[in-house]
Amino acid sequence: MLIFEKGCTGRFATSQAPKVAAEVTGISDDFLRKSPAKLPQVSELQAVRHFTNLSRKNFSIDTQFYPLGSCTMKYNPRGAHRAASLPGFLSRHPLAPESHSQGYLACVYDLQQVLKEVTGMSGVSLCPMAGAQGEFAGVAMIKAYHEAREDFDRCEIIVPEAAHGTNPATAVMCGYKVREIPVKSCGDIDLDALKLAVGPQTAGIMMTNPSTCGVFERQIEEIAKTVHDAGGLLYYDGANLNAILGKVRPGDMGFDVLHMNLHKTFATPHGGGGPGSGPVAVGDRLLPYLPTPIVGCDESESSVKRYHWVEEADMPNSIGRLSAFMGNAGIILRAYIYATLLGREGLHRVGEFSTLNANYMAKLMSNAGFDLAYKDRLATHEFIITMSRQSKEMGVTAMDFAKRLLDFGYHAPTTYFPLLVPECLLIEPTETESIDEIEGYVAAMVAIQKEAEASADSLKGAPFNQSVRRLDDVKAARELDVAYSAE
Amino acid sequence: MPFIPHTDKDIQKMLSTIGVQSIDELFSEIPSQLRSKPLDAVPEGLSEMEMMRLMQERAEQDAGALCFIGAGAYEHHIPAAVWDVASRGEFLTAYTPYQAEASQGTLQLVYEFQTMMCELTGLDVSNASLYDGASGLAEAVLMSIRANRKSKSKKVLVAGSLHPTYKKVVEDIVSNQGIELDELSVDYASMSIDHASLNEFEGNDYAAVVIPQPNFMGTLEDVNTLTNWAHDNGFLVIGVVNPVSLALIAPPGEWGEAGADIAVGEGQPLGIPLASGGPYFGFICCKSKLVRQLPGRIIGRTVDLEGKEGFTLTLQAREQHIRRSKATSNICTNQGLAVTAATIFMTMVGFEGLSRVAKACHANAFALTEKLKNIPGVKLRSPAAFFHEFVIEIDAGSKQVLEFMAEEGILAGFDVSTCSPELSNCVLVCVTEVKTNADLELFVASLSRAIEDRGEV
Repeated sequence: MLIFEKGCTGRFATSQAPKVAAEVTGISDDFLRKSPAKLPQVSELQAVRHFTNLSRKNFSIDTQFYPLGSCTMKYNPRGAHRAASLPGFLSRHPLAPESHSQGYLACVYDLQQVLKEVTGMSGVSLCPMAGAQGEFAGVAMIKAYHEAREDFDRCEIIVPEAAHGTNPATAVMCGYKVREIPVKSCGDIDLDALKLAVGPQTAGIMMTNPSTCGVFERQIEEIAKTVHDAGGLLYYDGANLNAILGKVRPGDMGFDVLHMNLHKTFATPHGGGGPGSGPVAVGDRLLPYLPTPIVGCDESESSVKRYHWVEEADMPNSIGRLSAFMGNAGIILRAYIYATLLGREGLHRVGEFSTLNANYMAKLMSNAGFDLAYKDRLATHEFIITMSRQSKEMGVTAMDFAKRLLDFGYHAPTTYFPLLVPECLLIEPTETESIDEIEGYVAAMVAIQKEAEASADSLKGAPFNQSVRRLDDVKAARELDVAYSAE
Repeated sequence: MPFIPHTDKDIQKMLSTIGVQSIDELFSEIPSQLRSKPLDAVPEGLSEMEMMRLMQERAEQDAGALCFIGAGAYEHHIPAAVWDVASRGEFLTAYTPYQAEASQGTLQLVYEFQTMMCELTGLDVSNASLYDGASGLAEAVLMSIRANRKSKSKKVLVAGSLHPTYKKVVEDIVSNQGIELDELSVDYASMSIDHASLNEFEGNDYAAVVIPQPNFMGTLEDVNTLTNWAHDNGFLVIGVVNPVSLALIAPPGEWGEAGADIAVGEGQPLGIPLASGGPYFGFICCKSKLVRQLPGRIIGRTVDLEGKEGFTLTLQAREQHIRRSKATSNICTNQGLAVTAATIFMTMVGFEGLSRVAKACHANAFALTEKLKNIPGVKLRSPAAFFHEFVIEIDAGSKQVLEFMAEEGILAGFDVSTCSPELSNCVLVCVTEVKTNADLELFVASLSRAIEDRGEV
């Protein structure tokens, strides 16, 4: 039942608004609203109960194992949420003077330093509000770099076919054409194709490493050399940074610019679809172009650190601003707190244990008879199984398995991505899951396989015990209903 | 090991199952010369107790001021239940609702949010949110270029009275696609768009005109005249609005004869704390004929295979994960949790509560302007038609006076003197429903002392 179908005319949470309506003076009738908006009319308790009950229809990390590939659904420490919600942080106005902002600025500055170290880059800006905006900032910096050198012919961004959809979409938002290159059957980029693709028109290449195939790109040094020799730059999509945190740094691999997803690697909550945060880090060449504001620090003789904003006036070549203030400040705080709780030893362990969990889970799956897409390779923090065989032999698809998993109390893996592996499930357990959950998940997959063998049709109706059964997406798009109307 | 549950026994079992001797062996495909050294620049880890102490100290450094700054972020009362419910793990730690059957809570909530935003703005459709108001406006500008089929230019007209940072963000984002912005000039006597200058732009080809309501200086624009003028010239109208103000003033869908085509804005006033500028959320609504050009997630109502009502992501053919380089935008993640809070906020206060909040904001701001009239050397520059922000000119010098008041714990407003030569020594002051008469008296007393102090220099 929708909230609009509850309550009655005239009801609202009266203790949450001024007791009486003040008089309005100085605004002429022409400017005033003529009729009320039809917002819900319920009591405070009705509101609390409605949304609490809605929350119970969600899967979440707090309630289920959620091995969504490429999304890094790890535990989000409550301590980070609590500390970032301290009143001093919540009540600080974004335009408060520096004298009233030293606590917040210190956290931002410290996180900039941590991110520089773990990525092996020279400078960081925390402005981008999501991974996709980080990508935008990164590619805009590549563009600004070429334009500053009056190298105006570079109009193409190279993207491997396994890339996230945001990569080509970002390149276009920055005014570039996209050239896709193939990936070989072992999961590595087709280097010959890359060598043919690069030239004076190449602005850069966008890559994830490990790639979305769940394997480490072994030819990365040669790729970097090929692109750099052609005059292009290398963009690192940090979606999979969790796999290599503390093990290998993008800066050392030859990347010029990258974005990180703090909502993945640094354990900030995904919030049902954001807010995220997508800081960018750059090597020396792109330092002048970082988006602003950034936080700087003066260490005076008195050893009291003073933090200050670095604005576009201080960085005239900056690609500029991406938000009204400085990005998703509260997410930046949570990521800083997470890094503080882990420390240098803990950050090293992230890559190690996410990789251990994925390889263990991949091995169990393989032992149970499932087909790994890249069986001759080591898994990274995630791996792909393909349901092609089940699909051909029994007519049971990856989506059927995914939906049935929900009934077993497990969130589905990422389905049908990357696009180049047919009937695929991309599985990322993350380092915060225990061996118990991993074994339970594999057991559920085995049970579903047995169900499929007994009756393929039975899986077509899955899920069976969720709040709804499989939904009609075609009807949703054809008979568009995106807002409730009482009529 | 923080947040890593593995015992030694687990690790041994896992390694032997995989068939390797050590965890390090799992990284053998990475060229050895690339392997990273210890992260020496990162400090050692803290326990939660130690971390809380550090963060409490830092939070306290920033706490305690009485804040009259607005300029795009506004302090309002937030019912306790809003974030208590929004912070439930089931909302906080869920992902984007790709698996609809496991995400009906978030999906239904966003459908309800979309409905509320349509109601507030008077438009037909809303998306599930954008990052913030400023970047949301950039998306609206890109959308207008795609949507206005009659316009051949890649140009958009922007009111000079728009928030200067919004203008900067839009420029920095859309210029990468070769889109140009021209500016409608401001009449600083009325603190609004100079209508006398409109004829300069007639006959030109623009995809849209961007009109803020209220504008950056807090003044209400004559949006009816401006909307009709824009439509007569074939321009789409993009309204940039404050959602709380819409409980009091006319919504974009009712501007002029035909209404604005797109409304966009900062959702922060709807239950989101100031929190150093984010996470907030941008909202965007439009007329139904433009829905296929909307960027970002949209939730639709449908049925399941038993005919039961359910909710799902829809019109995904616009989006990057399907359309890749041909998508309407690269946006995927938006600001789901902030939208969750805003939806609960709007539900609790309802229209009656929201309109009382809006009226109290205006009345309190008006009350402060009345008190300021008695202070020599302070001039009210705004006309009476403002929402909850106004501009004052301080002869004693805006920068120095603001610094003096900040030392007394009062953040008196945003210094707009750098925004235009016409606003020399001017401060943009915001008063919302949370301010009491005693707060206003503190403001007046501190301002008087600051001016007196300057007089003695």
